[in-house]
This record gives sequence, C-alpha cells and structure tokens, in this order.
Amino acid sequence: MKVDKREVAAALLPAALLGVAALAAWLVATLAPDTEGRIALGLFAGLMLAAVAGTLLRQAYLRWVHAAARLVEDAGTLLAADVQREIAAAGAGAEVQALAGIVNQFAAQRAALRSDIAQQVAAASRNVEQERNRLAALMAELTQSVVVCNLDGRILLYNRRARLQLRALSAHKGATPSAADGAELIGLGRSIYALLDRALIAHAIESVQQRLGRGAANPSAQFVTGTRAGALLRVQLAPVRTVGSGDADALDGFVLMLDNITRDFAGQAERDQMLHTLGEGSRASLGNVQAALEMLDFPDLDASTRERFMAVVRDEVRAMSARVQQLAAHSAQTMKTRWPLEDMRGDDLLAAACRRIEASIDNCRASVEQVDAELWLQVDSYSLLQALASLAARLAGEYGVKLVRLRLTRDDKADAAHARLDLVWQGPSMSTETVIGWETEPMRVGDESVGLTVRDVVERHGGEFWFERERVRHASFFRMLLPLAVEGERLEASTVVRGDSRPEVFDFDLFQREPPRELAERRLAELTYTVFDTETTGLEPSAGDEIIQIGATRIVAAKLRLEDAFEQLVNPQRSIPAVGIAIHGIEPAMVEHAPTIDAVLPSFHAYALDTVLVAHNAAFDMRFLELKRERTGVAFEQPVLDTLLLSAVVHPAQESHRLEAIAERLGVTVLGRHTALGDAMVTAEVFLKLIPLLAERGIHTLGQALAASEKTYLARVSY
Amino acid sequence: MNAKHVLIADDEPNIVISLEFLMKREGHRVSVARDGDAALATIRAERPDLVLLDVMMPGKSGFEVCQAVRADETLAGVKILMLSAKGRDTDLAKGSALGADAYMTKPFSTRELADKVKALLG
Repeated sequence: MKVDKREVAAALLPAALLGVAALAAWLVATLAPDTEGRIALGLFAGLMLAAVAGTLLRQAYLRWVHAAARLVEDAGTLLAADVQREIAAAGAGAEVQALAGIVNQFAAQRAALRSDIAQQVAAASRNVEQERNRLAALMAELTQSVVVCNLDGRILLYNRRARLQLRALSAHKGATPSAADGAELIGLGRSIYALLDRALIAHAIESVQQRLGRGAANPSAQFVTGTRAGALLRVQLAPVRTVGSGDADALDGFVLMLDNITRDFAGQAERDQMLHTLGEGSRASLGNVQAALEMLDFPDLDASTRERFMAVVRDEVRAMSARVQQLAAHSAQTMKTRWPLEDMRGDDLLAAACRRIEASIDNCRASVEQVDAELWLQVDSYSLLQALASLAARLAGEYGVKLVRLRLTRDDKADAAHARLDLVWQGPSMSTETVIGWETEPMRVGDESVGLTVRDVVERHGGEFWFERERVRHASFFRMLLPLAVEGERLEASTVVRGDSRPEVFDFDLFQREPPRELAERRLAELTYTVFDTETTGLEPSAGDEIIQIGATRIVAAKLRLEDAFEQLVNPQRSIPAVGIAIHGIEPAMVEHAPTIDAVLPSFHAYALDTVLVAHNAAFDMRFLELKRERTGVAFEQPVLDTLLLSAVVHPAQESHRLEAIAERLGVTVLGRHTALGDAMVTAEVFLKLIPLLAERGIHTLGQALAASEKTYLARVSY
Repeated sequence: MNAKHVLIADDEPNIVISLEFLMKREGHRVSVARDGDAALATIRAERPDLVLLDVMMPGKSGFEVCQAVRADETLAGVKILMLSAKGRDTDLAKGSALGADAYMTKPFSTRELADKVKALLG
C-alpha cells in the first residue's frame, strides 16, 4: 500500500511538536534539576496530547486534503476516459462531497447531451438516407434522361433512362465499325464532355449564371446538339446551387435533362414533306381538272372527246380525295405523338379505373368484366380515368346505376391499331341527345369540374367514342377506341418503369470532391482513374508489334467500379506470333472481325477522357498508344501513374516489381491474368492498396506521386 | 400559213389530253413527249416553234431540258413556256434565269395559256 507522506506528516506533526517541547523541558531540567518530577508529568501529558492531536490532525487531513485530491483524480479519469460512473466521496468533508455531487451532475449532463447528439445524428442520417432513396426512386421513374454533373463535368449521378438512351445512341454509330461495344458513354465519375461539347455546356452555364445574377428564381438553359453518332439531343441544363454559401449565385454543378429529338425532327421533316406533296400534288390536279373543264366548255365537242375530259375530272377528284385522306391519317398520327401519351398495360388501366370510380363516387361499385391481358395501350391515363369516372358519376347520379363494369378487348375488325374500352351497365338506356351531351359537356367528378370534355379526351387519344345497347343482356355501354402501344416502345417502357426502381449507380459522396483545377495538388484517393492494360503481338512496337486487346476499368473516389469496364479486341492487321498466343490466348480468328486500332483508339480515348491513366509498366503500353498518335490523331495527354514505379517507391528494397509479385506482397488475389481486362483489374486493386502505403511515406497528392515515380531509378529505364 | 409546231412535254396524260386538244384547236401541229429525255430529243430533231415544258418529269427535269436547249445556239428559235406545280417565287426565278420565255403555275386558265402561246408565236 502506498503511504501518503502528507498523511504521515499530519499524524506525526503533534508528536514532533511534543518532541521539541520535550527537548526544551529537558534543557530546563538540566539547568534546574528540582523541576524533574513536574517535567516528567508534563511530558506524559504532552505525549497524550500529541497523540490525540496527531490523530485529529490526521483525520482532518484525510477529510479535507486527501479527499479533495481523490476527487481531483476521479474527476480527471471521468473527463479523460469517457466512462460513466458515479464518483463516491465517502468520508470526505461536506464541501468535498458537495463538489463530488456537482461533478457527478456534470457527468450525467454530459452523458445526456452525448446521447442526444447521437440521436440527432442518427435521425439526420436517416433523413439523408430517406432523401436519397426518394430522389433515387424519383429519378428512376422519370421518363426523361437525367444526368447530374459537378462543375467539371464529372458525372455524379444518372438514371437508368439516361443509360438506356445513351447506350442506344452509341449503338447506332452505324458506319464506323462500332468500336468497343463494351464501353458505355456514361459512367460514374466520367466526363460528360465525352458526349457533349464542352463549349456548349460552358455557354449554357454562363447564361444560367447571368440569369441567376439578374435574380431569376429557377433559370435553366436549353440547347440542341448533335452527337457523334448523328442523333439530335435537346438538352436542358439546370444549375445545382451551392448549399449554405453566402454567394447565392455559386454553383456546385448542373443537372442535364436529355431528350432524343431525332425522331421528332424526322417527324417534322415528314410533315413538311407531306404538306409539300399535298400542295404541289393539288396544284397539278387542279390544273388538270381546270383545263379539262374548260375544254368541256367548248360547245362543239363530240361525245367521245367529251367523255375523255370527264374521265380526267373524275380521275383527278379521286386522286385528290386519296391525298386528303392520307393527310388526315397522318395528322392523327402526329397528334398522337405530340401528346404525352404513356404506355400502360390494359389490366393496370382497368384496375386503376375501378379504384378511381369507387373512390370518387359513393354507392357505385366498379368491376372488371373482361380484359385482354396482352394489350398495351398508349394513353394519357390521368385524363382518361377522369373521363371514365365522370361518365360513371353521371350514370350513378342521373340513372341510379349501382354497378359499372369495364371491358377491354382487341378491335377484331381491320383496325388493329386500336383497342376497345367499354363502360358497361345493366338497365336503363338513354337517348342520342343525352349521349352527345355527356360527350361534349365539361366533365365533373364529385364537386370538381374539369375543363375538358370526354370528346377532348378521346380526341387527344386519336380515338372514337359512342354508345351501344346489348338488348339480349339488357345492358348498355359506352365504347372508346384507344390507341395500342407501339411494340418497340412499350418494351423499353416496361424495362424502365417495372425494373429495379433505384438508379444502378449512385454516389453522392462525389459531390464533396473538389474540382481538379490544380490536378497535381489533388489527393490520390479522390481522383478518377482509368486503369488499363494492353495485350500485344510482341514487345517491340517500333518493330511492328501491334495492340490486339485493350482492357480497362475505373477507379472513382478510391473505389473500383467494375461495372464501368472497357474491353475490346483489336484487329492488328498482321499475324499473331504463336509464342504470344500461349500467354494471352488470343487466336488470329478471334480478332479477324474486330475493329482496327484506328476505330478502337478514339473510343478508348473517350472512355479515358479527363481521368488519370494507371498501368503496370505504363511506359510500355504508352509507347504503343503514342505510336498511333499520328495516324489516329488521338493523343493521351493526361497524367500517367505506373504501379511498377509506385511499388518501387513504397518497397525500394524488394527485388521484383512484377505485377504478380506486387499482388502477392499486397495480398491481392490474381484472377484471370493475361487478359487485358483481367490484368487491368489486378493493377487497379494493387493501385488501391498502394495509395495508403504511399501516404505513409508522405506521398498524398498526384503531383507528389508523379515526382516520386520519377525519382526511382526504374523511371530511367526506357522502353 | 399560220400553223406552228408545238411540243407538249409532260408526263401526266390528264393534262396532255387537254393541252393537245387546245393547241390543235388553235390550229397548231402538236407532238407529245412523256419525259425530259424524249422532249430534248424531239426538240433537237424537230425544232418545234414552241415547247410547253413541264418542270417535274421523270428523267431530265423541265429545268434541265430548258438549260440544254438554251445552251444550243441552233435551237435559239425555240420558244419555251414552262408549266409547273411549283408555285414558289424561287422556281419562277429559276425558270426565267435558265432561259424560259414564260412560266405558268398550275392550275392555270386555258384561255390565258392560249393567249400566252399566241403572243410567243406572234
């Protein structure tokens, strides 16, 4: 047990004083021997007194001084160690105990505050998560393509529709032997400028910022641009404003909404053509008719000549009727495409209609009588449900109908482009005037009046509406002809709407990233990389060896993005030595129909745009790319990191910096080596492991990594 | 003798029938060509006094025929009256630029046509 020196001193202090007194008494006694007896007595009494005083003083010390010191220690522990316990001050003085009590209260308060903060943080995270999911769901459901980028044009977020649409755009590249089918135009962290002209976006941002500066609330900019694949895109750009910045005009990034209007344009051109044909065709016909009629005016015509001119008139009238007919059909078609009609499954529509009718009309039930489950309709479901509900409401209100049934069947007559939607009820029939009234009066559902009429709705669908009786069943029905969905379109719609309702790629953390204005100063962990590898016919590009495969994968914000990979065989337009085939396994037959490097390199360049390149023994691969620069006009000017060099920086004492050796050293599992993509993936994982090791050596930024690479002696080896 | 040779170059029988009747009635000798190439061949072979030339024909268009005729000095005497369903000012301008003597847009009055022909042949 530790002896408290101060405690001992306190206990012995009276005894020490007594000792001094005894010494004094002894001196007195030596000088005056007759006082000896009294001194002894006094000494005894003093001894007793000293013992008592010593005990009291020790207790006082324990009570006041030592208890306070213990309190200091306990409170210190409490503060430092984040433990939650009561400090006990048993045997301490009242003030010390009170102090201990207050310390305990502080500790309790701290604990309460902490748990409160923890709860708030948890709630906030839940909110953020919820918001994310909501946004994700919303974006997934949008029928428009949406891409969110930061100010540097890096893609932070996009929805499925955008990917489908952009994939379709890259798919019909047509003439060029579609290089790199594995490569998508869109990917997280990739540059939007691979797809859209940087100047166009810069201009749009500028105009948005100008309008923001003038105080516009929700400015956006629009432009139309052609893609390399020849499609026309209408792009709407809306700003993402910096949250919490004092500058209201500061932008964080932008949202792009993309519309492929190639088809609209084609439609427009077709309409123009149509009008033109109608105009010129009619002129010619009218000319023929007029001339013929004027000939008929001559009184001296014989019967056969007369008949010939009459035949001209009849013929031309027939031709003009046909043209007008064709125009009418065409306008109905364009009407349909201009209204935002959505593809919807027939049974979904009927189920929704039943719910709508029962919800909006008291004491009227609705059921599905018959539905062709195969049918997909092209409808504006909102207005169509309104029309059905308003008709049912009038039936219930004016004829006391308690049950309506819905029926959807294919039109089995010649008209295969429409389906028949019937609203059937048992009992009372009605006059034609009433039906016309219901068709042309503004619709009402409950107290709510809608500006549209049933006829408007039907016309919006390019359909028809009428009333029929089924005498046998004692039933009546309203029938609507509604357009069927076009085959190709509805498939796409079904994958979009019914698929996974989250965007596949989604990483808001990317929003936090700084723009790469000072690329060299950016941290390695936050950059976007294209990690690639090539397979070649041999080791000497200058002696005619060629690339036969390029594989690449992407690292975004220190995460490997396997879904955004690039893999492409290349026709080397020369033989492949058998020695190599044993290693890379690429036989001549496999590349026979592959695109040449002239087609693949631009595609790979687009994939790698605005990223840092990473390769193992990069100098080798870069040499192959460089040699094609003149011929293809494609230059890879971005910074290049070499895992071989970085490994040498991290482990200078190691002898081997072959990819397998590094992978083994860093615990990276090697799978599928010696395909370009397989090697690229191993390289990427190795690179990710190297980043923290580099950081240990004080290498944090791209600039530092490049400088360190250069310093290693291996950097001087030239291929 | 006032009878002149008129060539009708048009691929539409429904107008040829009326034009042929009209021109014959005016006392002219009439030939018919159904397309641009036939029209040019007839013009070169027979040197008609006047051609009623439709712009839109299979093979050579009326414009091309007109240009070819005007490029040949030996055919300078052949009058050209262009007939067209194209009513745009630009077409009219093109026709006269290429050397047509007159240009009429369909539909036209046969009376007016007859007057124009008379004036050109006069």
